[in-house]
Amino acid sequence: MSITRRTVKWVDERSAAAPILRKVLRYLFPDHWSFLLGEVALYAFVVLVGTGIYLTFFFVDSTQDVVYHGTYAPLQGQHMTEAYKSVVDLSLNVKAGLLIRQTHHWAANVFLVAILLHLFRVFFTGAYRRPRGLIWGIGVTMLMLSLLEAYMGYSLVDDLLSGMGLAIGYSVGLSLPFVGANVMSWLFHGPYPGQHVFWPRMYIAHVLLFPIVIGSLLTAHVLLVALRHHTQFRQRRAQTNHVVMGVPTFPGQTPRSLGLFFAVAGVLFLLGGLVQINPIWQWGPYHTYDGTNGAQPDWYLGWLIGGLRLVPGFDLVIGKYTLVPNPFWGGALFPLVVIGFLYFWPALERKWSGDDGWHNVLERPRDNPRRTAVGMGMITWVVLVFVAGSSDRVNLTFDVPYTGQIWFYRVFVFVGPLLAAAIAWWACRALQEGERVERERHAAQAEARLAAMRSAD
Amino acid sequence: MARHKPDRVVPEGDRNMGAETAAILLLLLAALLCAAFVVVYAVDRIPDQTQFLGLALGLALVCFAAALIVTARRLIVTEELVEEYPPEVHAGEVDLIASAAEEAGSRLSRRRLFKLALLAAGGGLGTAVITPAASFGPLLRVKDYFGTPWTRGRRLVDEDGRPYSASDIEEKDFYTAFAEGVDKEELGSSLVLVRLPKTSLKLPPELQGYDADGIVAYSKICTHAGCAIAMYRVPTFPPDEPHPALVCPCHYSTFDPSTGGTVTFGPAGRPLPMLPLTIDGKGHLRAKGNFNEAVGPSWWGVRNRKPESP
Repeated sequence: MSITRRTVKWVDERSAAAPILRKVLRYLFPDHWSFLLGEVALYAFVVLVGTGIYLTFFFVDSTQDVVYHGTYAPLQGQHMTEAYKSVVDLSLNVKAGLLIRQTHHWAANVFLVAILLHLFRVFFTGAYRRPRGLIWGIGVTMLMLSLLEAYMGYSLVDDLLSGMGLAIGYSVGLSLPFVGANVMSWLFHGPYPGQHVFWPRMYIAHVLLFPIVIGSLLTAHVLLVALRHHTQFRQRRAQTNHVVMGVPTFPGQTPRSLGLFFAVAGVLFLLGGLVQINPIWQWGPYHTYDGTNGAQPDWYLGWLIGGLRLVPGFDLVIGKYTLVPNPFWGGALFPLVVIGFLYFWPALERKWSGDDGWHNVLERPRDNPRRTAVGMGMITWVVLVFVAGSSDRVNLTFDVPYTGQIWFYRVFVFVGPLLAAAIAWWACRALQEGERVERERHAAQAEARLAAMRSAD
Repeated sequence: MARHKPDRVVPEGDRNMGAETAAILLLLLAALLCAAFVVVYAVDRIPDQTQFLGLALGLALVCFAAALIVTARRLIVTEELVEEYPPEVHAGEVDLIASAAEEAGSRLSRRRLFKLALLAAGGGLGTAVITPAASFGPLLRVKDYFGTPWTRGRRLVDEDGRPYSASDIEEKDFYTAFAEGVDKEELGSSLVLVRLPKTSLKLPPELQGYDADGIVAYSKICTHAGCAIAMYRVPTFPPDEPHPALVCPCHYSTFDPSTGGTVTFGPAGRPLPMLPLTIDGKGHLRAKGNFNEAVGPSWWGVRNRKPESP
């Protein structure tokens, strides 16, 4: 008996798992490039966990004040927290430390890009329709948690930029009507910057609680996809709502998927080694009384800084009671509306279209002009607010007045999405019409050929 | 030729020597690059270690990936199989599970009460389990938000703890000050100090006398989102900038230091809190009292009370 056969037998004798393994190994993966986006996110997550574990062996989760006497001359003698100092040391004095840290940061960026692109793919093809609403909901939850997770990782370093970001996050929390001050006082142990206990809290949330929750949801997400089977495009006649066609896990899909994993990891380590990201020793340590101009958060928080900057200056006040402090609108309500839209869209669409059916076959964006228009409108809305968030860079680079830009965006973030939706709707209709004409032409030509053959007889 | 087994699982395909060679070479290259990674790590004399480490490990992984993709596309037969999707609902199993659940309680006579009791126990357990989380921090005490370290007579010092003299403060410049002997990180401690021509001061009636000889002091913490007011837009060139302004770099809330810190642009919903100043006999700057309003970003009670001294 071959060694392969002996191994499989060994496993089955001890686990009785051969029937399950057979099912797993012969599970069918429909093939389309866009189905790989979710996998890219998964593999970026694996790299994040791996590199993150390494970083925990060097990071010190303490806001204790220390004076720097390390090797980096510009910081000599400066007061900083132990947290910041440990990351400077990790970056500049630990062999391979900077490689792992930069790869971790790049992986976080790629993770979120991949999630977003995957979300767009799922949205515009209608893959979230019944029976996959739960998978969609779990996905949206993971997106939200991943944004928070990335924000905490970036905040833990306690450099000047991350400290400014944390102060803003605190203020957004503080702005929650009725409960904000209580929740923040509870979380930080008193008003910002809070007590020393806050840092270990944020640390354990970043390295343990959130990764476990995201990892569990990820498992549920993938498991539900597998149990209900993948959706598919109708590329062949055999692919219908009842029959799935694809490549089995083994041997077909395994080397492809592993190849993708290694490719993602390879690109991330190349980026981590060759492309500098967040050189925190240049930003300097954070103090509540320090700030820097032209500062931008990591891109995935850009939409929130745009939202915060666009709102005109007012707190909603009744008598002496501050009902809604300003940061609530751009920092809390805006993202809640976007996330809420994502959660409720499948139900909303079912109601609007009256289509309550089971869908294993995907639509192309043009097949459903309404969905495509709504999606493009939402994307345009968020992107415009994001772009508004970089008005200060535009001001510095191109000398366009900042206030003028903000007034423009205050109007255009509402007009732009309507325009984009209208254009998307029109484009879908035009593409459909083009296909209809093409089909009719083919039919007419076929008929003409048939007629010609007949008359030749 | 090898003997054919009558019923293969994976269908047979043609040999592809070229692809096989490519895959083998790529795998060997990956192994070599991994070795290079170890060498770069071990040899300290290599400059730009981070870059070479990334290059070695990244390329090793890319070669490994390329080998696997060549294997997948050229060396393994691509089976395209079909299978039925699972049914919309497994009616039999659903029925069985639901029946089992329903029938399990058939011996109970006071079902509703039993359920309620179960709910009470479950809810109680849940509440008990999360109660210790209340120890995180003061959930109900919001008094701390009004606290600042400023008292009448406390001196203004710079980052190194040296007291500011009124003569240190020049027009068109911008100074950060702190309450003497207090943690500088406390939001209520830090100030921005600017000197304005006395003729340009247009303080509202309730803030009359808050300046000391044209020097005005405001909380350095933006009332919008808690960043430090780190910019002073000063009209060096009259046609460009009509008014001096304190600007927060986070969301560009803009405050007018000559009118009591009122918001002239941007998202802040409250003026900057102003600290009344005086000059002592030695010419040092001292607080004449606490801020006129609570310090820091807005929350539900921020307008309820005046700031409190220690």
